[in-house]
Amino acid sequence: MSIADKYNAIRIAAVEKIDKMKEKPHVLVGTATCGRAAGALTILDVFREEADKHQLDIIIDEVGCMGHCYAEPLVVIAKPGFPTLCYGPVDEGIAKRLVVDFLVNDDPCYDFAIAALEPNDEFPTFEDFPRGVIEKKIILADCGFIDPNDIDHYLARDGYAALAKVLEMEPYAVIEEVKSAKLRGRGGAGFPTGVKWERCFKAEGSPKYVICNADEGDPGAFMDRAILESNPHQLIEGMIIAAYAIQASTGYIYVRAEYPLAVARLRNAISQAREKGLLGDNILGSDFSFDVIIFQGSGAFVCGEETALIESIEGKPGVPNHRPPYPATCGLYGKPTVINNVKTLSYVPHILRKGADWFRSIGTENSPGTAVFALAGKVVGTGLVEVPMGTTIRELVYDVGSGIKDDKMFKAVQIGGPSGGCLPESSLDLPIDFDSLQEAGAMMGSGGLVVLDEDDCMVEIARFFLDFTQKESCGKCTFCRLGTKQMLDILTDITQGKGSLEDLNILQDLAEDVKMGSLCSLGKTAPNPVLTTLKYFRDEYEAHINEGRCPALMCKDLITYIIIPEKCSKLCDVCIGSCPTEAIYTRPDMLKAIYLDKCVKCNNCMVACPPQYKAVIKVSPPIVEEKEETVEGGKEDE
Amino acid sequence: MELLPGELEQIKAETAEILQQHGTERQELIPIIQEIQERLGYLPKPAMEQVARALDIPEVDVYSVATFYNQFRLNPPGKHQIKVCMGTACHMMGGHIVMDSFERRLEIKEGETTPDREFSLERVACVGCCALAPVVLVDEKVEAKVSPIRVDGILLTFEIEKSEQEKVEEKEQQEGGVEE
Repeated sequence: MSIADKYNAIRIAAVEKIDKMKEKPHVLVGTATCGRAAGALTILDVFREEADKHQLDIIIDEVGCMGHCYAEPLVVIAKPGFPTLCYGPVDEGIAKRLVVDFLVNDDPCYDFAIAALEPNDEFPTFEDFPRGVIEKKIILADCGFIDPNDIDHYLARDGYAALAKVLEMEPYAVIEEVKSAKLRGRGGAGFPTGVKWERCFKAEGSPKYVICNADEGDPGAFMDRAILESNPHQLIEGMIIAAYAIQASTGYIYVRAEYPLAVARLRNAISQAREKGLLGDNILGSDFSFDVIIFQGSGAFVCGEETALIESIEGKPGVPNHRPPYPATCGLYGKPTVINNVKTLSYVPHILRKGADWFRSIGTENSPGTAVFALAGKVVGTGLVEVPMGTTIRELVYDVGSGIKDDKMFKAVQIGGPSGGCLPESSLDLPIDFDSLQEAGAMMGSGGLVVLDEDDCMVEIARFFLDFTQKESCGKCTFCRLGTKQMLDILTDITQGKGSLEDLNILQDLAEDVKMGSLCSLGKTAPNPVLTTLKYFRDEYEAHINEGRCPALMCKDLITYIIIPEKCSKLCDVCIGSCPTEAIYTRPDMLKAIYLDKCVKCNNCMVACPPQYKAVIKVSPPIVEEKEETVEGGKEDE
Repeated sequence: MELLPGELEQIKAETAEILQQHGTERQELIPIIQEIQERLGYLPKPAMEQVARALDIPEVDVYSVATFYNQFRLNPPGKHQIKVCMGTACHMMGGHIVMDSFERRLEIKEGETTPDREFSLERVACVGCCALAPVVLVDEKVEAKVSPIRVDGILLTFEIEKSEQEKVEEKEQQEGGVEE
């Protein structure tokens, strides 16, 4: 039996199984980590219990993440005769109603629906919203719609078709195709994937290795986790193709130990692929053999750097090494190794199935394809989005993300995590691709995009990221180890109102030095958040230094909480109960006030104060009490 | 940290069993100590010494790997582990305020365990639930959109649980006493 026949046999079996399932009503509950945090497992139980109670003959499946995190927990219901609808956020009450009203009776409960999945005459689809118009899903297309624990779902959607095709090609032709697609590495730096593969293909040494870098350490990024949890087979197929192209026999998936669900779903996917003969010896009856090992990382950000990652797999502390030699020629155990990011490998099956021309037709000339972002922060439509390269930041924030929460003012986007930078309003029309972001001083990074509003202090943001990189520095290079520490000290001083204008120059100089004097990109990019905020938000630094004022009212040492007597009500004392340190008292006129020396600035009272009063406010610069000198750091409250 | 009676024997037995499953290649070091921590909750000194002997590498190599990666802990964890997410999104939405609240309530600093070993407080880089920020992992459960008031709520739940359990135990003891 030829490779194509073998593949067709397993695909047709899968299609038949899935078609049969489609005859019954189908409930999909998104139970990726994000959905679980929002309570998806409870919803899943409710559906199962209710379905039992009403003796319904339906299929209830766990799926991954659809990307619409703002509406978690998400449920998709496909009932024959009705448009397939997506509901969210679903609570227990809604879940029960959906079972009784929709599944038992025939009312689709349009009130709770967000959108339909395919065009129909009843309800708008995701494509009818601005987000759907701009989004172009390639690697996220199936996420949230297929059961990641069942390989047949993936097979029925032409999964592993690219692999069957590739196994009948020459390995070098595969590399040519990826090169011609101009696929660039999605890990952050944007190195052409085909070139990397070619180098490894031509390198001497055996065995060769393929490593998938799933050590997603950027705080604020969760794209890789979502892909691993939602569509693990897409990645595995990409890995096998990469392995075939460079003729590797073993692959590693280096995944964070903090992602237990991703690890579990990957393990299951790998064993199912083995059962179907898609992984292991003589894949689909060809001469090619390849297997995958899962390696769990142990929480070191620097291990996202490829040479550090290799050290880590070898059982050593993850300390980066000099390049060259590049891992493509001398990597794991000194052998030629290709290391690609989860997203990069996930594009590979699509490119080989639909061709390089198709891929190049999406996005920009030098950065073809799409970009996946984890949209978070002060934006309404938080979630996972995939847009063509070249989309502007404005479209991403206002159309895809539906704008800023609570009608606040947009201030900046932090793009690319600790290696990236903060871009101000004037950069909103910047097209997103590898090169234009780099020019603006930020970086594509792995795809975290945090939206900041008027309440976010840019100095504090810079301090936060530097605090992160400083802690995660492996300590090999002096500039990275000590330089970032000095920068952090200066920034901490500024946020506490103890900075001087001279500090800003030192900060700038140190940032340049750290960039120059570090071996790996952790150190080389660590100063980016500081440099971009200094460039675009220098006025905020100056307000901290010159006036002791935090314009965003965020830096604890530079603000004071007060209660405005005119707004406070005699009838309400919610704030008193909310205060953990008994710092709020009732004045003789029954209005409330705060003992400044007791206040620990925990923000409780501000949250607790009912919206009709809004009597608690923050002021900066802080009010210094006249009678008593307050001891720094607040007094111990016994 | 002082070992409890019988703990050393348990450590030795578990470590030996894990070592047997993994073999003694150098690249097995991280998977081995990951599993030790999974079973024992932390990496006790005798276990690290045992691993070094089995893999025939200096003890300091085991120690250096154990201290390099954030995942490993050298002290026993509290009965309830509280991990405050300090990722970007959580930080922006007030993660540091939540951390402050836990520190104040538990009277320990981040990275410490309460003297009665009830709670340990840690920071984690990002748990990947940025849309639900600020997030706290209480044992294995994800608490979404945590406010300082919720912090009090979380701790109060444990307090009530504990006092109820004590009551039950007391009752059982009393009943046991009566029977005698």
